[in-house]
Amino acid sequence: MSAASAQYAIDIDERDPSKRAPLVLGQDASFPAVTDRVAKIVEEKTPRTWLLFLALAVSLALVLAGSLAKLVWDGLGLWGLNNGVFWAWDITGFVFWIGIGHAGTLISAILFLLRQKWRTSINRAAEAMTIFAVLAALIYPTFHVGRVWLLYWVFPLPNQMSMWPNFKSPLLWDVFAVSTYATVSVLFWFVGLVPDFATLRDRAKTKTRAIVYGILSLGWRGSHRHWLTYEKAYLIFAGLSTPLVLSVHTIVSFDFATSIIPGWHTTIFPPYFVAGAVFSGFAMVVTLMVICRKAFGLENLLTIRHLENMNKIILATGSMVGYAYGMEFFIAWYSGNEYERFAFINRAFGPYAWAYWSMISCNVLAPQLFWFKKLRRSIPVMFAVGIFVNIGMWFERFVIIVTSLHRDYLPSSWSYFRPSIWDISLFVGTFGLFFTLFLLFVRFFPVIAIAEVKGVMPEADPHHHPEADHAATEAAHA
Amino acid sequence: MPEPKPTLVCYFDTPADLFHACEKLRDTGIKHFDAHTPFPVHGLEKAMGLKPTKLPWIVLACGTTGLFGATLMQWWMSGVDYPINISGKPAAAFQAFVPLSFEVTILLSAFGCFFGLWGLTKLPKFYDPVMKHPSWHRATDDKFFVSIEPAEPKFEEARKILESLGAHEMVEVEP
Repeated sequence: MSAASAQYAIDIDERDPSKRAPLVLGQDASFPAVTDRVAKIVEEKTPRTWLLFLALAVSLALVLAGSLAKLVWDGLGLWGLNNGVFWAWDITGFVFWIGIGHAGTLISAILFLLRQKWRTSINRAAEAMTIFAVLAALIYPTFHVGRVWLLYWVFPLPNQMSMWPNFKSPLLWDVFAVSTYATVSVLFWFVGLVPDFATLRDRAKTKTRAIVYGILSLGWRGSHRHWLTYEKAYLIFAGLSTPLVLSVHTIVSFDFATSIIPGWHTTIFPPYFVAGAVFSGFAMVVTLMVICRKAFGLENLLTIRHLENMNKIILATGSMVGYAYGMEFFIAWYSGNEYERFAFINRAFGPYAWAYWSMISCNVLAPQLFWFKKLRRSIPVMFAVGIFVNIGMWFERFVIIVTSLHRDYLPSSWSYFRPSIWDISLFVGTFGLFFTLFLLFVRFFPVIAIAEVKGVMPEADPHHHPEADHAATEAAHA
Repeated sequence: MPEPKPTLVCYFDTPADLFHACEKLRDTGIKHFDAHTPFPVHGLEKAMGLKPTKLPWIVLACGTTGLFGATLMQWWMSGVDYPINISGKPAAAFQAFVPLSFEVTILLSAFGCFFGLWGLTKLPKFYDPVMKHPSWHRATDDKFFVSIEPAEPKFEEARKILESLGAHEMVEVEP
């Protein structure tokens, strides 16, 4: 087996492009090696750099806690919001984080339904990222309601006022969409983790570890009677998550599209938002995975082929987003609606032109580098582009929200929005929360789906015959 | 009280060997056996002669409940009990109920799938005799285990089949 994989030191067999490189390379291409490689991350002594990063992340998370406490104490006036701009960094931050989450679900659900086997090395970490990003996102609408202790009013709970929520409001749809998304993502993630927790339980050297992973694994014993139901459940979860993830950002875009604000009231918003969400999410996955594979020596499991495939998706979705930017301008002109036209000319050349062109350079221009094979296989290039795309996607939401609001129908209420220090500290703090959770995840959970990676290796097939396979390959090349 | 009978546990090196063994056991008419593998071996349910799972029906029932429940709830709350006039639109506007009905359908389906999975597999169950096998830790790593349960009437026949196929570490584990 190892001889066969050494033969494919490169990712794609150049002699026959239809032959793909194996998903697990080199010395890691055996079942026990995969188990060892992933489980060791959890079992090794805590690395010092990890502690350092965790300390940093926790400090930032404390900034978040402080900003929220101050916000609850003083009220929303703490933010830089003003008469016209009643949504700004808070909703920008919300859409930014929820968008990032979408890549995880795309990888775990849509790529599963499309039988993309390469997803197995990245789905676990991407799903974790989804959950943590959705948690970061949920902070914004939760605290934006002002009196956060009355948040339960958004749920249809019987109350002493005999009132029910307004089911015709997209903001209420959002409550249900995002909370369903968070719940389903957690359930799906946990189901995927159970067999790997069992692996960690069976390898456990300490009693604590055996008990904790034993409980988390629910006593999983790899029974095929269980696998049969398990695989069906996995398929159903993928089938449920696929329309769910598309609906979440669609409904987020309804928050804007169902209003009559110029620049928001357009039908392109749902697909444009979904494409943008996947785009930003993949950029975040690539950024995180590049660090993880280096830090934990996962190069043989998270190969250049995996990263290259993700970069191709970034290129595709980035181009969709670029197309949507262009189409918005076209429709603004073609509609003949003077408010719409003004909104777009103002967006590109008005007071926030700097933000608009930052967005265009980061989102439309930067990913174009990935047309070149050399660049989309280069770690430094993909890392830089990933960061640029995330900056660009933050600006996209900022541009949509603030440029449309700061010039409304009533010129006397026109103004220029500037964030207060608390807007900034809150946003920085959400990164603290996200990275704290992500660091805990990489330390204590299997960062790669061990069972799933084994399942896509050639020797996992019960009809696999190493010698016959090799002979057939030779014959094909003769 | 009769003496509790042991479970027979052994393992194979490759999915192919396990597949072959399961086919043999199935063809001999052995029912009370199981395979324990580190990952789902494709097609093994056919080799074992297992019936498809009922899980999709549970999910369908939950999803349908969600769809009708959420629609009914919105219709009653918005249309009957507490109508709010929003831009003169009808109080019970089904078009506006679609997103929420959809989300609740997905949510209840997911709950059905999650709890249905553990219900059908009877998990959590923190102890099972097979875990007493001395090499059990490899069942979630790289080996492919077979267990013959004490309820199997052709227990000895099963042992002979497994022996003839070269199963490793054949051990009888106490319950």
